[in-house]
Amino acid sequence: MIVANRDKIQKLAENLADMDDIKGRSLWTDARKRFLKNKAATASVVALLLIVLISFIGPFFAVWTNQQIDWDILGSAAELGAPNFVNGHYFGVDDSGRDLFSRVLQGTRISLMVGVIGAGIAVIVGTLYGATAGYVGGRTDQIMMRIVDILMSIPYMFVIILLLVVFGKSISMLFVGIGLLSWLDMSRIVRGQTLSLKNKEFVEAAQATGVSDFKIITRHIIPNLLGIVAVYATLLVPAMILTESFISFLGLGVQEPQTSWGALINQGAGTIQYGTEWQLLIPLMFFVVTLFSFFFIGDGLRDALDPKDR
Amino acid sequence: MFNYTLKRLAIAVPTLLLLVILSFLLMHSAPGGPFTSERPLPAQVLANIQAKYGLDDPLWKQLANYVWGVVVHFDFGPSFQYKDQSVNDIIAHGFPVTLTYGSIAFLVAVVFGTSLGVVAAIYKNSFIDYFAVGITIGAQVLPNFVMAPLLVWLFTLTLGWLPGGGWNGGQWQYLIMPVIALSTSYMASIARITRSSMLEVLNTNYIRTAQAKGLPARTIILRHALKPALLPMISYLGPAFVGMITGSVVIDMYFSTGGIGVAFVNSALNRDYAVMMGVTILVGALTIIFSLLADLLYAWVDPKIRY
Repeated sequence: MIVANRDKIQKLAENLADMDDIKGRSLWTDARKRFLKNKAATASVVALLLIVLISFIGPFFAVWTNQQIDWDILGSAAELGAPNFVNGHYFGVDDSGRDLFSRVLQGTRISLMVGVIGAGIAVIVGTLYGATAGYVGGRTDQIMMRIVDILMSIPYMFVIILLLVVFGKSISMLFVGIGLLSWLDMSRIVRGQTLSLKNKEFVEAAQATGVSDFKIITRHIIPNLLGIVAVYATLLVPAMILTESFISFLGLGVQEPQTSWGALINQGAGTIQYGTEWQLLIPLMFFVVTLFSFFFIGDGLRDALDPKDR
Repeated sequence: MFNYTLKRLAIAVPTLLLLVILSFLLMHSAPGGPFTSERPLPAQVLANIQAKYGLDDPLWKQLANYVWGVVVHFDFGPSFQYKDQSVNDIIAHGFPVTLTYGSIAFLVAVVFGTSLGVVAAIYKNSFIDYFAVGITIGAQVLPNFVMAPLLVWLFTLTLGWLPGGGWNGGQWQYLIMPVIALSTSYMASIARITRSSMLEVLNTNYIRTAQAKGLPARTIILRHALKPALLPMISYLGPAFVGMITGSVVIDMYFSTGGIGVAFVNSALNRDYAVMMGVTILVGALTIIFSLLADLLYAWVDPKIRY
């Protein structure tokens, strides 16, 4: 207690010494402080960074590539294929004798990429669409939002699969499918926020000085939406990963030799009856930890950026 | 209320029509027809087959025929892969199964989810609350395709209590794992929604009044707090139901239960477009009907909402 107080006094003294260095606290500084106080969120950031780091640096330590088949183990994966540091299969091998370490890292990279890019598409399209609808208002708004209503009542998982089957199963088609239908929620949220922003004085001032509508949207409305967009973007990433994994679990998404968490979980799930639990549990662990991290970071961001909760 | 219903129907019908037309055009723009195979058929045979399925008609006529068949006769046409079955047969075969475990899972999710949420809110910050919150957080990262193999690992391979798959006419042992796998994440979401809305309701003035005049806690919760606390959950029911139907794809694949999910995935792998479209349109119709019902229910229960 005394030590803490002494620290405080010392800090105060330092602050007094260079008084002119003290800056005003912006919204974002405040938010960062609140975010760092949230232990679960901070730990999640660390966990997530670790996973990203492993997925990119790991391949340099891998003994086997993701397509190399270990013929000694193939066929007896249950007896010989368990995680083992001696033969270089740190995570064991999969059912076809391929190194699971390399495959999991590759799957991690692909799943994260799908999540981030999918969420990115949703954020950009959804924000622009929602901000335009909300700012322009009137009949345009009604029509734009009616379109969103209609698209929302389409069973999107089925439509994505339909798209994948018709136009070939590839990651880029997956992006198109996800991007086509994932921005809907975002646009609704953004529109609601825009409606409350557009009657604020600073927008009026911009209109009075003759700034164009497009510029008002991009320079005045969108920067003020960034907080809520950031929160939903973090929550969109796991949603995209879940969608991708669902489709890949069914064998309709990412195709061999590429892989993703969904595909790996599917393969692991198909072989547990032979006693090769690690084939399921290792990809599952990466999947679960990542999703947890994103959810906690999203929660932390919401608490940090939501002015209601001060 | 009546006007509102009409208004919602006025959106629902074109949406459904749009879905039918879109999936038809999508199917048509696919490279290669349903009878393109590695061993090319003689031209005359191909022409005969195409004539039989009406594939040599102009596009607008095919579209009109398809839409007419779907809308008027509920006829999704013949399957391209199974020559002796129509899409209707395939759906009629699988849909009862999906509906059985789907509706049980839906009930389980609603009943357990709301109870968990209500109890957690009443005993806020107690052990029960932490337990409930823990479950809801955990279940977010355990979607059906993760739950299914874990359940099989636990109940079939380790404990040996339950059969690892199959349907067997819907015997209860075969229902348990599909229902748990399908309902967990929705139960968690419903519990989270109910908990926060219950907490909100318990902080209102009229509850305080009820407490002040000395009503027993049971009466307060059952008579005064429960109904408004359950309102936000209603609007979640539509998406939850759709999620369960979508999830049935995984359940059918993993547990071999034989619902429409397996028909859908097989048709996706075999490029049997007719079946894919039939299932997509069916699910789309269910989606629209169910979210319409949920909204109407909401408007009916909550007197504050007037359209």
